[in-house]
Amino acid sequence: MSDHPSDPTSTAPGAGSLTVSVGFGRILDRGFGLLIAGAGLSVFALAGLLGWELYRGAEKALSRSGAGFLTGSHWDPVAGQFGALPFLYGTFVSSFIALLLAFPLSVATALSMTEFAPFWIRRPVRVLVDLMAAVPSVVWGLWAMFEMVPWLRQAAFPFLQRVFGWIPLFQGPIYGVSLLAGALIIAMMITPIITSLAIEILQAVPPLLREAAWALGATRWEVIRVAVLPYVRSALVGAGVLGLGRALGETMAVTMVIGNRPEILLSLFSPGYTLASVLVNEFAEATSEEHLAALFEIGLTLVAVTLVVNFLARLLIHNVPFFFAPRTLRAPSMEGDR
Amino acid sequence: MSASGSGPGLERSREKRASSEERAAARRFRVRKILDRFFQLLSLLAAVVVISPLLLVFVFLLSSGGSSLTWDFLTQLPKPVGETGGGMANAIVGSCILVAIATVIGAPIGVLGGVFLYEHKEPRLRAAIRFTADVLNGVPSIIWGIVVYSWVVLRMKTFSGLAGGLALSFIMIPLILRTTEDVLRLVPPAYREAGLALGLRRSQVILHIVLATARRGIVTGVLLSAARVAGETAPLLFTAFGNRIWAARLQEPMAALPLQIFSYAISPYPDWHRQAWAGALVLLALVFLMNLALRLLSRGNPE
Repeated sequence: MSDHPSDPTSTAPGAGSLTVSVGFGRILDRGFGLLIAGAGLSVFALAGLLGWELYRGAEKALSRSGAGFLTGSHWDPVAGQFGALPFLYGTFVSSFIALLLAFPLSVATALSMTEFAPFWIRRPVRVLVDLMAAVPSVVWGLWAMFEMVPWLRQAAFPFLQRVFGWIPLFQGPIYGVSLLAGALIIAMMITPIITSLAIEILQAVPPLLREAAWALGATRWEVIRVAVLPYVRSALVGAGVLGLGRALGETMAVTMVIGNRPEILLSLFSPGYTLASVLVNEFAEATSEEHLAALFEIGLTLVAVTLVVNFLARLLIHNVPFFFAPRTLRAPSMEGDR
Repeated sequence: MSASGSGPGLERSREKRASSEERAAARRFRVRKILDRFFQLLSLLAAVVVISPLLLVFVFLLSSGGSSLTWDFLTQLPKPVGETGGGMANAIVGSCILVAIATVIGAPIGVLGGVFLYEHKEPRLRAAIRFTADVLNGVPSIIWGIVVYSWVVLRMKTFSGLAGGLALSFIMIPLILRTTEDVLRLVPPAYREAGLALGLRRSQVILHIVLATARRGIVTGVLLSAARVAGETAPLLFTAFGNRIWAARLQEPMAALPLQIFSYAISPYPDWHRQAWAGALVLLALVFLMNLALRLLSRGNPE
């Protein structure tokens, strides 16, 4: 009370407790505000911690090798040779093949869920797709190790080699564990992600566009081709790129089937290695300081790569109707203009 | 003859033309319908191809792991290398402890961070937080393993359950933050305004009105992210590390189900392979049950 001599309420009977409670409440409020601000800003702390710890770990390697790290193709920790190119190559090749397989399938599935399929199967299929996204990586890897890879070795790869053997990509000895096996398992893991994103994107298409096409007598496929796809094209590409971001960081399942050999070989049947896999296999066993620093540098590279890809994806997804959709199809703004 | 102007002749040729146009239109229409059917079939086929791996995995785990899923498997410790039998009891319990630690650390920070994102006025800061959270969500989980290794494990000079739980919580925080914000968006602004108009303090409005209204959605988000990290292996490799006995304290290496499945899968012993399948079945069942239960829970939510 003595703190607020000019407070007119302080003269009224019973006002003392009121001021006290308001003051106390202010403090409570301020404290709560600080608490949630701390929680909100914690993401910056996390990002900072991530960057700092990786940088600190990789510092020695960064100052020593520089760009040679990314272009060197020999990885031999015992001899002190650290070239990360085979891992970059394996990561990108397996992820791109995975995306090539997963993207059309995902978009087609999303189209069937929003346009084609009878209503009674839409919900169960969506639930299955969501469950698929929830399957842990190590479970995928387990299945792939014991069922998919043997099948690939005995049936699928020999068949591919018979048909496409004239292409260098499908030549050479068949082990089963391979870049292509890694790509396949990545594809299975990213399809549910791309599919559910694509479903959301397709559902966000303004109904007016569809209805206009229906009114002109378009068939379902024509509605998709004329009204739906042009409107969402870049968003779908963004969903694909987001899937690519996931693919690049896919770790356990890939490690279990890709063969883990740090070589760059043209054949997709040959074993490969990825950035994430080398961390799994060597991080706990890195004895020399140089080796550990090189592995931190690999982690830094992996983060950089996924960051760029994710950034690109978000740019594509969020700017959909504003940048890429043809002018005539800007349905939402039409209503506003009138 | 052609330009003679004879009425019936002209009419006839017109009719002929009309009917040929009609025929062409009918043919085009047939082609369009066939195309439509073709693409419908193609898309349904794609849907079947997309979900078939899930069924293959499930059938594989049931047929190979189901028989190994015994009471002993659920209640016993791993036997020493070379002996058959034993179970994964410590890994199952360890996973529960790790997820509990992660939730205790991650859920409050994530939920309150979501509240901050919902409450804060400055749009640029909100955008920056949202962006950073999305970026963190895109970081491969093994990176968190390395970060916590160099931050905690190197300092404590031992692998520990605490470090493992921390790594998992770092994955949870940005996830929960984003889902909480999305859920809070659904709370009608009028509720909040009514509370403020009654003279409630901001913290009271948030705690008793906003969070209480969105309670269900928030809990769903938290549990979904818990289910997600329960299956993570990579961040635990260099933090919790795994253990073949009971971990008595949090400062010791701790077993986890995904870790155990991984190390058994890449081992050369058929008996361990068998146990890996059974363990994967348990893990998958847990994750699926959690997902389905939450789906049912949130379906009842009128939002």
